[in-house]
Amino acid sequence: MSNWDRFVETFFNAKVMAKYLPDIAYGMLVTVELAALVIVAGLASGLALALLRSLGFRPVNLLIVFVVDLFRALPPLVIIVFIYFGLPAVDVAPSGFVSTWLSLALVLTAFSEEIFWAGITSIAKGQWEAARSTGLSYGQTLMNVVLPQALRLTIPPLTNRTIAITKGTALGTVVAVSEILGMASSAMSNSYNPSPLTLGAGAYLILFLPMVILGRWLETKMAWKR
Amino acid sequence: MPGKPIVEARGIHKHFGALHVLKGVDLVLAERELVFVIGPSGSGKSTLLRCLNRLEQPSSGSVVVDGVDLLDPRTDINHARQRIGMVFQSFNLYPHMTALGNVTLALRKVAGKSRSEADALGSAALARVGLADRAGHTPGQLSGGQQQRVAIARAIALEPRVMLFDEPTSALDPELVGSVLGVMRDLRESGMTMVVVSHEMGFARNAADRVVFMDEGAIIEEGTPAAIFETPGHERTRAFIGQIQRH
Ligand SMILES: Nc1ncnc2c1ncn2[C@@H]1O[C@H](COP(=O)(O)OP(=O)(O)OP(=O)(O)O)[C@@H](O)[C@H]1O
Ligand SMILES: [Mg+2]
Repeated sequence: MSNWDRFVETFFNAKVMAKYLPDIAYGMLVTVELAALVIVAGLASGLALALLRSLGFRPVNLLIVFVVDLFRALPPLVIIVFIYFGLPAVDVAPSGFVSTWLSLALVLTAFSEEIFWAGITSIAKGQWEAARSTGLSYGQTLMNVVLPQALRLTIPPLTNRTIAITKGTALGTVVAVSEILGMASSAMSNSYNPSPLTLGAGAYLILFLPMVILGRWLETKMAWKR
Repeated sequence: MPGKPIVEARGIHKHFGALHVLKGVDLVLAERELVFVIGPSGSGKSTLLRCLNRLEQPSSGSVVVDGVDLLDPRTDINHARQRIGMVFQSFNLYPHMTALGNVTLALRKVAGKSRSEADALGSAALARVGLADRAGHTPGQLSGGQQQRVAIARAIALEPRVMLFDEPTSALDPELVGSVLGVMRDLRESGMTMVVVSHEMGFARNAADRVVFMDEGAIIEEGTPAAIFETPGHERTRAFIGQIQRH
């Protein structure tokens, strides 16, 4: 057997791949589900915190900044392990799926709050003044004048950050979530062959490559023209 | 004076921290009057103007516009501001909206007009500033002079009783100044009460009823354009007029 044959046999074993394809497909489904829930929860609460921060209540803002910095500083894996293995000590026992979702959602909340906040503060004071001078309320100005401009500015950095954090769903394998990586590694130990990992990598590419390309496209499209 | 007072600002003081920016300013305008405010940079002209629609909260004093006490906590300031139009040096148009969108936003959200009513009123306002054919353009597609005229349309569409202008032509290339002054002249002829912070002396001479000279947070003197420009009573006024005439 040549080296090349051995390489193919090891990483692209057709029989093994065929056998475990349904497992990987299932893992993909779990990953998509987890990723979607992380994105929805993370972006929604990040935006909510940024809006809350714009009201300018000092104690509230100090708290927001503290929490945001905390979750930006901690490695996501540490948060997952903390929630999954730590919380049962106080009689809360979230599943691996919930632990991973909650951890990544908190991290995305923290990063997206900062990005939304930067977007809101980058809008010139004159925009607020012009709108308020025509009688628009604070909330109306925020919703109709400031946010539409701010969101446009935030889309490129937000897309990149969202992709980076969503890829962290693979960390769920540590707490027994049957997402792509988890399914692929158990398939590998059952078959004594790493081909399922190849399948897993392919699955990640199918999911995330379009997101990366979308991010690149948005970045050029949203380049601000005045 | 042509009529009863419509703007009455009395004893206005404004502090920014330790900085005392307005030191007891009185400014009263009769209906249909056009008052010009001139003065050196940092003398408090913008701050005074912004006190007249409470973009700036005076530290003390009273501001009554069209019979509404702006500093009374019970006053609905958003309602009151519809009646007080403001135009800024930097236009401050909403870049993500068309000219018509800029003009109709407050008509819909504050004045409560339907979209079709707002569009009709907004188009009429754009026509008044000579930009009926630019309704669908975004600010980025308009010249500075056109942008400032859209900003004027945005204010007059709400049918204000008073218009405040803060250096409306200072950011414009010289050849575009005329179109904006032309719109302001039309507005004045239609009987609008106006407070104008500007150094356009030619316009002041032709259009202003009164010129107010401010320095260091106080009104130093006021009078007809001829009196202030030709025979100023104070040395500081004379020095300032001399300075801007040389430019
Ligand atoms: N928000 C603010 N905070 C602190 N200081 C301020 C603020 N706004 C204005 N000032 C100060 O108040 C003083 C008067 O400012 P103002 O803008 O009213 O002057 P101005 O007469 O309009 O000058 P210019 O001709 O340069 O526009 C200046 O010293 C300015 O630095
Ligand atoms: Mg000024």
